[in-house]
Amino acid sequence: MPGKLKVKIVAGRHLPVMDRASDLTDAFVEVKFGNTTFKTDVYLKSLNPQWNSEWFKFEVDDEDLQDEPLQITVLDHDTYSANDAIGKVYIDIDPLLYSEAATVISGWFPIYDTIHGIRGEINVVVKVDLFNDLNRFRQSSCGVKFFCTTSIPKCYRAVIIHGFVEELVVNEDPEYQWIDRIRTPRASNEARQRLISLMSGELQRKIGLKVLEMRGNAVVGYLQCFDLEGESGLVVRAIGTACTLDKLSSPAAFLPACNSPSKEMKESPLVHPPSHGCRSTHNSPIHTATGSRLTQNFSVSVPTLIYTGTRLLRLQSWGDAGHGQSGCRGRQAGMGSGSAGKEGGPFKALLRQQTQSALEQRGGSPHRFCRRREFPFFTLTAFPPGFLVHVGGVVSARSVKLLDRIHNPDEPETRDAWWAEIRQEIKSHAKALGCHAVVGYSESTSICEEVCILSASGTAAVLNPRFLQDGTVEGCLEQRLEENLPTRCGFCHIPYDELNMPFPAHLTYCYNCRKQKVPDVLFTTIDLPTDATVIGKGCLIQARLCRLKKKAQAEANATAISNLLPFMEYEVHTQLMNKLKLKGMNALFGLRIQITVGENMLMGLASATGVYLAALPTPGGIQIAGKTPNDGSYEQHISHMQKKINDTIAKNKELYEINPPEISEEIIGSPIPEPRQRSRLLRSQSESSDEVTELDLSHGKKDAFVLEIDDTDAMEDVHSLLTDVPPPSGFYSCNTEIMPGINNWTSEIQMFTSVRVIRLSSLNLTNQALNKNFNDLCENLLKSLYFKLRSMIPCCLCHVNFTVSLPEDELIQVTVTAVAITFDKNQALQTTKTPVEKSLQRASTDNEELLQFPLELCSDSLPSHPFPPAKAVTVEKASPVGDGNFRNRSAPPCANSTVGVVKMTPLSFIPGAKITKYLGIINMFFIRETTSLREEGGVSGFLHAFIAEVFAMVRAHVAALGGNAVVSYIMKQCVFMENPNKNQAQCLINVSGDAVVFVRESDLEVVSSQQPTINCQSSCTEGEVTT
Amino acid sequence: MTSELDIFVGNTTLIDEDVYRLWLDGYSVTDAVALRVRSGILEQTGATAAVLQSDTMDHYRTFHMLERLLHAPPKLLHQLIFQIPPSRQALLIERYYAFDEAFVREVLGKKLSKGTKKDLDDISTKTGITLKSCRRQFDNFKRVFKVVEEMRGSLVDNIQQHFLLSDRLARDYAAIVFFANNRFETGKKKLQYLSFGDFAFCAELMIQNWTLGAVGEAPTDPDSQMDDMDMDLDKEFLQDLKELKVLVADKDLLDLHKSLVCTALRGKLGVFSEMEANFKNLSRGLVNVATKLTHNKDVRDLFVDLVEKFVEPCRSDHWPLSDVRFFLNQYSASVHSLDGFRHQALWDRYMGTLRGCLLRLYHD
Repeated sequence: MPGKLKVKIVAGRHLPVMDRASDLTDAFVEVKFGNTTFKTDVYLKSLNPQWNSEWFKFEVDDEDLQDEPLQITVLDHDTYSANDAIGKVYIDIDPLLYSEAATVISGWFPIYDTIHGIRGEINVVVKVDLFNDLNRFRQSSCGVKFFCTTSIPKCYRAVIIHGFVEELVVNEDPEYQWIDRIRTPRASNEARQRLISLMSGELQRKIGLKVLEMRGNAVVGYLQCFDLEGESGLVVRAIGTACTLDKLSSPAAFLPACNSPSKEMKESPLVHPPSHGCRSTHNSPIHTATGSRLTQNFSVSVPTLIYTGTRLLRLQSWGDAGHGQSGCRGRQAGMGSGSAGKEGGPFKALLRQQTQSALEQRGGSPHRFCRRREFPFFTLTAFPPGFLVHVGGVVSARSVKLLDRIHNPDEPETRDAWWAEIRQEIKSHAKALGCHAVVGYSESTSICEEVCILSASGTAAVLNPRFLQDGTVEGCLEQRLEENLPTRCGFCHIPYDELNMPFPAHLTYCYNCRKQKVPDVLFTTIDLPTDATVIGKGCLIQARLCRLKKKAQAEANATAISNLLPFMEYEVHTQLMNKLKLKGMNALFGLRIQITVGENMLMGLASATGVYLAALPTPGGIQIAGKTPNDGSYEQHISHMQKKINDTIAKNKELYEINPPEISEEIIGSPIPEPRQRSRLLRSQSESSDEVTELDLSHGKKDAFVLEIDDTDAMEDVHSLLTDVPPPSGFYSCNTEIMPGINNWTSEIQMFTSVRVIRLSSLNLTNQALNKNFNDLCENLLKSLYFKLRSMIPCCLCHVNFTVSLPEDELIQVTVTAVAITFDKNQALQTTKTPVEKSLQRASTDNEELLQFPLELCSDSLPSHPFPPAKAVTVEKASPVGDGNFRNRSAPPCANSTVGVVKMTPLSFIPGAKITKYLGIINMFFIRETTSLREEGGVSGFLHAFIAEVFAMVRAHVAALGGNAVVSYIMKQCVFMENPNKNQAQCLINVSGDAVVFVRESDLEVVSSQQPTINCQSSCTEGEVTT
Repeated sequence: MTSELDIFVGNTTLIDEDVYRLWLDGYSVTDAVALRVRSGILEQTGATAAVLQSDTMDHYRTFHMLERLLHAPPKLLHQLIFQIPPSRQALLIERYYAFDEAFVREVLGKKLSKGTKKDLDDISTKTGITLKSCRRQFDNFKRVFKVVEEMRGSLVDNIQQHFLLSDRLARDYAAIVFFANNRFETGKKKLQYLSFGDFAFCAELMIQNWTLGAVGEAPTDPDSQMDDMDMDLDKEFLQDLKELKVLVADKDLLDLHKSLVCTALRGKLGVFSEMEANFKNLSRGLVNVATKLTHNKDVRDLFVDLVEKFVEPCRSDHWPLSDVRFFLNQYSASVHSLDGFRHQALWDRYMGTLRGCLLRLYHD
């Protein structure tokens, strides 16, 4: 029996009134773990009960410790009838299972009820005594650390990066079991929450076992998702990157600079930008004949797109497809153009061969042992220096599946096979790009009724093998760096063979080293390498697309979707390319393409951050060509459009400060396929005034991107290009971790989630109308964000993450989570700011003496905080936003709040602060339901309150672990369903992130060895009443 | 295309002070949007009306959710749902409990009951303050009253502790509660020239000097423990005030008092002759007010009486404020020289406060 779990219930507060007669509550608590339940005494007639229970002890296997959540139920005692439940708290005790994380969980947790929301709070202390277990065949994987962060966590060093780990578990969804017809919604929701909690625990344990097998000790970039397949069940799946991490012991060795990537960038401004290319496959359901429980095979044929008649729908070359489909002609740099057919034959053969061998390999050996070799995938998006050698381009694969009931939850082979197939696709694409690995890898699904689209994407890359092997010696890192120095732009260089390119691309010599070839455009799913040389600033680029689809059943539906997908992918890429050029940029990072399936439509949303990489050539302009050149007025119209486009490009270059140094042809050298004629021979590096006229010239080049306007569709495309409004001045946005070109972040951050649902007027919906609606929805949403956050200017929206879902026929839901970070416009500002900060600091130290004592006092009313970390934590001072000129008056005595500030951010770091400890993963799933929608303020009121509650519960858990921030926070799911006629609504939310302790860099400098401010600091002062 | 749902939730709750003010002022979302448009915000930010509408709705929703917590401000500090920096919490509370001068003058001294609530409609029409805002302000008064009503100890401290208000605002609330509890008449036409500040000033003086709490310790008499220390006037003191009657009833004492005051003020007062002529009337007025305070009805009319008996006569003779001050100082001080008068302490307790009040009340 390898573990003892100890739980103490201390007190409750703000409980709801359960007895109308007395306006009070007789509360008691049930503490349940596994099958054991303990109860506290009933605390009569109080809304703030003090149970101060004994330690409840559970003796359990560590396997259970990993799988099971601790379940705390608060009830109202009723002598004559059944006790009424007030609410529950689920506590994931996983963070207590590894040595370096939290040692105790202690704090106030919101008591949550799926019908009523948060109803008061309960103070709980949880500890685990873990005994060492030498059993080699154990089923648990205690001790393996999990991180959502998709880079090596800040206070660790990667010894070895082992590679891909994945697992999935399936179960029946309690919502769809027969018993659901007779039980209450509350019981059903709780069953679901509990099941998912159990499943994710089990999943995590299984992944941990795989990591141990690989001799790793951690999973980085852990991404866990739920597929609510409805009738056919519930799938919980996860992917991650197994690593062996070393804790950086002495904080001194670890410069604060490492915490803020901005600084790193500042310090090493010379680096290389990435390379390019985009490949994608699309899998028809027919491909999955391998014993899956899919419906039977059926053949799909879309002749223009099928690659020499294989069963695979391969959208190998965007450019090629374009010829046939939408009359787009000319070079689509990097995406390929020209004849794909020529290369298709041998290439396909190669693919087949590889696929086959890989499959054989898989079939032949117990797959768990060859997993790493099988899929050289990495969920990381940022890497240790020297890790990434070359980047090939984006690889993606999609597959349409028909869901079938999962008959045997213990053997989730079907789902496994589906994903294996997709990963195989991805792997072969990477091979075709001359890459042996895929980085920035992610998987997603979109489900509508019985149809499911599985998607995977990543960036093909060549990695430095030293990091991947066992027995890596110390110092390999440094060694590698030296090796790399001569070719700093290396990651942009093409990894594939120039003469045997997987797709036609336009290659030039690297603008940095002039030795290696680079593509003219590069798409990737990773973050911008910190050492890449970027010119100007980056910006968020989105491609949005809707396609109507006939309602259909089963196979017919799957076929229809399969047929639409290649067109969507193609158009999304065309849009991305156009918008990128319009911005005057040449590379995309953090590309994420989401295809959502609904009853009668498909939505595509691609988001990425555009940048200008110094190593890649200057992008050509966009040229518009009409089909009927004889028509005078038409001609005029065209030239008008052309002018508008050119103006926009010029404006964007100015806006994003893109002014690359001019390079003459001679320096670049001539042996470039299709040499570019440059008229800009002037080597005026400094004259910015010439810029505009020069830009204009360059747009007339023949390498310009040509848009042919031959029908209304294309016209519309051009219009939509021009309708994207840039953010108001002072605002920037990106979907990567940091904004290229901004490196003086200040400490203020604001994470937010915004959700919008629009109802389409069902009358004669056309693709155009749909596109416009969707475009407006996204644009308006962004505009609203800019307006709301205007007080933070100058600021940048980072990690902007859009999610689209189609909850019903005519509803489109867009969910955005991002963080706004302020920055100093210039360094001068920063220096003037220091005195203010110093004075703040002084104020806080002044307070400290006064507050030490009250803190002790107030700990009477709340449970003692026995663990030191919480006290060592510097809690955020009040955010400076718009704080008026308040002066302090006398402080009322009872003002000591117990609520410490917890920051949340989707980024892996906190600007201006150093993460000193990772406390464990936060992975929470909540269901909220209401039968009084109108009374709760309608759908907006309902969801607003629920999301606020979810944030509160995340913060409470982090605070209880002794942390003061969540990094790499992500809202993975927000499924909202409403039935206004019945006055009902339901919402499911799944969030995750890493709980951390951070210390402000300024505190580190000033306070140095002394423990920083106490936890209650801000809270104790917050009672100060101001006028 | 219609927006079904549109929300924004920040980890730190966004508070827009301007929108908060509009919400507190009781404007509907539509009116608030119109007012914001008029403020020129669209031009400043380049936003559209739709953006403004959505933003306003969001803030209103947030305020609506916060309102429950604002009813018990300590809850706002301890709750976990909204992460709000302390300075913002203070701002939310302070603004929520702030009130309009025009409104408070209408209800000051009235019973904070349902009956009065019906009059809110009329007050709203009269003052131009929205009914919603009137409701909030009235409910705030009532809530504070209910909470501190039964409490012992300093009224201001109690209010500050339970509502986390600033010192200034807590004092104002103390005055409101004190007036409501003692039902002082403030609505009469002749009192209209007085501001809330005037009354609050008087209330503070009275709380400090005329209540049980002012004595410094809890009374030993078990019956009087039922009285709230700061809210109710010291009954014993009011009873004792009857003893002052002798100052005007005893003709010799009155004459002596007059001659003492006149001697001292001769040549120093611009309105000496008027004072001399009016002395007995004024003195009778002031002493009679004191002796009648045992009756609740007369307590209520305290301010009416003070204005009628003292402020108005002086004003009609055009006393400058400095002369009023000279007179009152001398008037109260001279009593110490009256050998036959034994209630010096009582007189000081009464007159010290009254002098302060009168000086404050004496203006146009």
